[in-house]
Amino acid sequence: MSDRIINILAEGFGKIMLASIQVTIPLTIIGFTLAMIIAIAMAMIQYAKVPVFTQFARFYIWIFRGTPLLVQLFLAYYGLPKVGIVLDSFVCAVIVFSLNEGAYCAETMRSALEAVPAGQLEAGYCVGMNYFKIMQKIVLPQAFRTAFPPLSNSLIAMLKDTSLVAEITVADMFMAAQKIVGRTYEPLWLYIEVALVYLFFSTILTILQKHFEKKLSAYNSRETVIKDAGSARGRL
Amino acid sequence: MILSVKDLKKSFGKKEVLKGIDIEVNKGDVIALLGRSGSGKTTLLRCLNFLEKADGGQMTFDGCEYDLKKIKKADMAAIRKKTAFVFQNFNLFANKTALANVTLGLTAARGIPKKQAEDIGMQMLEKVGLADHANYYPIQLSGGQQQRVAIARALATDPEIIYFDEPTSALDPELIGEVLSVIRKLAQSGMTMLIVTHEMHFAESVADHIIFMDNGEIIERGAPKEFFYAPKEERSREFIKSIKMQQEE
Ligand SMILES: Nc1ncnc2c1ncn2[C@@H]1O[C@H](COP(=O)(O)OP(=O)(O)O)[C@@H](O)[C@H]1O
Ligand SMILES: [Mg+2]
Repeated sequence: MSDRIINILAEGFGKIMLASIQVTIPLTIIGFTLAMIIAIAMAMIQYAKVPVFTQFARFYIWIFRGTPLLVQLFLAYYGLPKVGIVLDSFVCAVIVFSLNEGAYCAETMRSALEAVPAGQLEAGYCVGMNYFKIMQKIVLPQAFRTAFPPLSNSLIAMLKDTSLVAEITVADMFMAAQKIVGRTYEPLWLYIEVALVYLFFSTILTILQKHFEKKLSAYNSRETVIKDAGSARGRL
Repeated sequence: MILSVKDLKKSFGKKEVLKGIDIEVNKGDVIALLGRSGSGKTTLLRCLNFLEKADGGQMTFDGCEYDLKKIKKADMAAIRKKTAFVFQNFNLFANKTALANVTLGLTAARGIPKKQAEDIGMQMLEKVGLADHANYYPIQLSGGQQQRVAIARALATDPEIIYFDEPTSALDPELIGEVLSVIRKLAQSGMTMLIVTHEMHFAESVADHIIFMDNGEIIERGAPKEFFYAPKEERSREFIKSIKMQQEE
């Protein structure tokens, strides 16, 4: 590898990391957080079969799962100004990603909610809890446990999909790499470099996923070591 | 009198499952509800605790009268807080430890501070002999242990009456005894209970009254001795005979 390429890669690394801090990471975190809020709301509406709202949720999910993300981004950024809605490109990206990811995660959450046995809800009523308490203490935690692996996969997929926002002029990691390629004509090395940075971030997410899955599975495993059974005895 | 229901009716679609049930429960009563599978016992208990909505009937609970067809949500919630239910398949909260299972009705439903709830919870686990399993999750407990935690959970909220729906039917034979002996102790302590069971010796020795149901109706009721040794109704005789034959097999 020549010194020139090493210099280009060093410059590229700085710019790519800067873009990750300024765009890719915040977009992923904000977008996914909003997506989760949307997803939980849409899933709970369907789980509780709230009339009208359920139809609305189905419609929203149908639209956003049935059309390509890139088309949604273009429509929001280049299309909406024609009807007077002009959005900052980053804001536009956050909105589209939240809605798109929210639709997918809503389906994940809904099926996880439905997988919680009815007896859990009934037992909750029988000890005197109301619907919302039961959801909060029993059903949602169990559904979240079931949904955690697929949701983690969605998060990792979304992190990579943020590379599409370069198409609507958002200066993310991929655009940072593209710009240097445009100047230096070194697509091979620079795209390898940016790919490795994506790989680095998704690997971190995968490690976190494994870690939390283990924690969450405490009540799902017969082998869990009972750490402080003694302390409960001591209380008597 | 704690509970009385009159003319309780319930259908699933066209199928009439409860055809006008009358029951009275006095304080301290232990009532065994017997009957073949499919006779409507589970549905009856579920209607009493509003897990199913009855199509009609009158309920008196703790001196207040309710029309079961029109009963309000708030009344259902209030009655549920004074009752407890032990399910055939335990239904322990899978994401909660044994202790948290017992305390949740106190903290999340009755606003009792955590510390106080845990003291009560440990006492209840002690009663069912599982204080040393307080921090186990349901999946880490045997069926018999899970059902005893479920009984501790039922006791924690100091109910006026506990409904048991075949509390030992899901258990391996060697685990039935530990659960029955806990229920027996409760009976001796004066707890009011309505118990669906197929354990005839248990029903005979523990219950004050037997109610025998068939095909959505109460066919016979009376003291255990009379029911088992001098049943009045033909269907009761057949039922007792079939149970005896099963036990001899
Ligand atoms: N949710 C339901 N939907 C339709 N039919 C039901 C439902 N629950 C119970 N049944 C029917 O009601 C009858 C009584 O059932 P159940 O109360 O479970 O009887 P038991 O507990 O005495 O075995 C059965 O014929 C059963 O198939
Ligand atoms: Mg039954």
